Amino acid sequence: MSVFVLRRLLTLLATLVGASLIIFLVLDALPGNAAQMLMGADASADAVRALTVKLGLDQPLAVRYLQWIKGLLVGDLGNSYVYGTPVASLIAERLVLTIPLAIMAMTITVTLALSAGIYTAANHNKLGDVGVMSLTQVGIALPNFWFAILLVLLFAVRLQWLSAGGFSGWEDGIWLGVKSLLLPAISLAVVQAAILARVTRSAVLEVLREDFVRTARAKGLGKREVLWSHVLRNAMIPVMTVMGLQFANLLAGTIVIENVFYLPGLGRLIFQSIANRDLIVVRNCVMLLATMVVIVNFVVDVLYAFIDPRIKVHDL
Amino acid sequence: MGEQRVMPLIEVENLGVRLNTSRGPAQAVRGVSFALKRGETLGLVGESGCGKSVTAMSLMGLLPDSAVVSGSIKLDGNELARLPDADYCRLRGNRISMIFQEPMTALNPMHTIGHQVAEPLRRHKKHSAAQARKEAIALLDRVGLPDPARRVDAYPHQFSGGQRQRITIAMALACEPDLLIADEPTTALDVTIQGQILDLIADLVEERGMSMILISHDLGVIAENVQRMMVMYGGTVVESGPTDEVFRRMGHPYTQGLFRARPKLGARKGTRLKTISGTVPELADLAAGCTFSDRCPLVIDQCRAALPPMVDVGPGHVVRCIRTDVSMAENVGALSA
Repeated sequence: MSVFVLRRLLTLLATLVGASLIIFLVLDALPGNAAQMLMGADASADAVRALTVKLGLDQPLAVRYLQWIKGLLVGDLGNSYVYGTPVASLIAERLVLTIPLAIMAMTITVTLALSAGIYTAANHNKLGDVGVMSLTQVGIALPNFWFAILLVLLFAVRLQWLSAGGFSGWEDGIWLGVKSLLLPAISLAVVQAAILARVTRSAVLEVLREDFVRTARAKGLGKREVLWSHVLRNAMIPVMTVMGLQFANLLAGTIVIENVFYLPGLGRLIFQSIANRDLIVVRNCVMLLATMVVIVNFVVDVLYAFIDPRIKVHDL
Repeated sequence: MGEQRVMPLIEVENLGVRLNTSRGPAQAVRGVSFALKRGETLGLVGESGCGKSVTAMSLMGLLPDSAVVSGSIKLDGNELARLPDADYCRLRGNRISMIFQEPMTALNPMHTIGHQVAEPLRRHKKHSAAQARKEAIALLDRVGLPDPARRVDAYPHQFSGGQRQRITIAMALACEPDLLIADEPTTALDVTIQGQILDLIADLVEERGMSMILISHDLGVIAENVQRMMVMYGGTVVESGPTDEVFRRMGHPYTQGLFRARPKLGARKGTRLKTISGTVPELADLAAGCTFSDRCPLVIDQCRAALPPMVDVGPGHVVRCIRTDVSMAENVGALSA
């Protein structure tokens, strides 16, 4: 078990190093000089050069990369080119919104997907199965921003239950915060839930065909008991794998959804920083997203071993 | 009080099973009738697809939902055919148990073997967890699993095929069933293990006074392990009788073909194995008449007209063939052939 975790941890570190290299090189290769951008098109060449030196952009590539990594390790992410404030505090402010949003969206995704997936598998080829599966087909085809606008039209404009956008913060009570994140979380979750429901359904159906299900029935267990006590745990491995991957999709989705709902979250920060060529913010935000995705997948891998006793022996 | 007829443990009458296959509805089993007294053993023989397993699964009430069962299956006089699943659940694993062919996949990889052996005890006997665990260890010990007290918490992947089959046997025996159905219990095992497992099953059947239905395509296994046998072909029983009697005077051309097709020790190197020419018919498109007529060396026009009736050829020995006069005359001394 510990060998397994150790090996996974080493993979995780290697992935992060790789990700940091790619992020750094890609952003560096982008056209457009941050100093020029900041000073405006008609700034003098001397002034631009001076700012370039001040920002450290004249240093060689390797030096700048190592400086960035060193900063990451001690938690000093540098200052935003645009705002002049520390990037770390900029990100921290935004995470207060984006992390709860991601958790809410993931919770909705998992709840919807598991109920729909298990229900349809248990009623294979019956009317309920066909109906729910057609709905998931629609769900997969929906662009999330368009669905978000539909939700706003219904719940904010017509019914006036929820606000159309903006975030009230957590100071006025948790419920108000949750309320302002509800529509964005649902918009993010619907597509993911539709995909995950289909994965769950096929995973459960596959396990239902296994011999040990017949053995369990031969012992006198009813269909429902077999489903809960024998089938689900076996079906969870593919479902969790997809869940891990979906977490990445979900984070990427926040960039669009936070813009639709005017939410001051990480996604919006990334979007604005790209527009402003505030590359130091972009670089650190993207690195943070990559880290979150890698860590979630690491957790999924470790959970495999808890679910499936065979993995402890064979390793992955 | 005259002579009281002993009620059979299980009585099957005119059992028919219609399955929905990808090629359309198929009559997988038809007109199967037999009765089994407490403690009696019965063998079902035939090629794959002849309806042996479907017969067994209909006794277990575990056919697919789309299957249509006709006829009657009685356990101690109570009708089981078309019994609601909830009621059947009280019998399965309790009064009727089953051992399957594939020990490698018949156990749930996610649960300990102790949990799986204890499951029927907890369900049917309402044992507490501790009680069921103790009982499971005793059962695992009885089926010859080494060091059961320590290995009860191990997972299926930590055992060999033979050991896993012992575990499934322990599971099937947990509630001391009246009827044990063993569907090719040794087919997936090494030859050296096969004998041990069959001996174990035979010992347990005798020790507990169970009835057993043993399904096999292996005539040797049948000859050594059951009192009576039924040969199935194309969903029908083509021959049935006491094992000794059937082996001494095989009446059906199909039974004779099966017997000739078995590999023989001491055959000269390079000798081809005898086969029955033709292939097993698709159950979806069976014609009227004898199911074996297309492959039978003795076929005459009359065979294709209607399904032949059962013909009495000896004490308790019946054959579904209208040409037994020829087949049994030719087959004198089959065992020495």
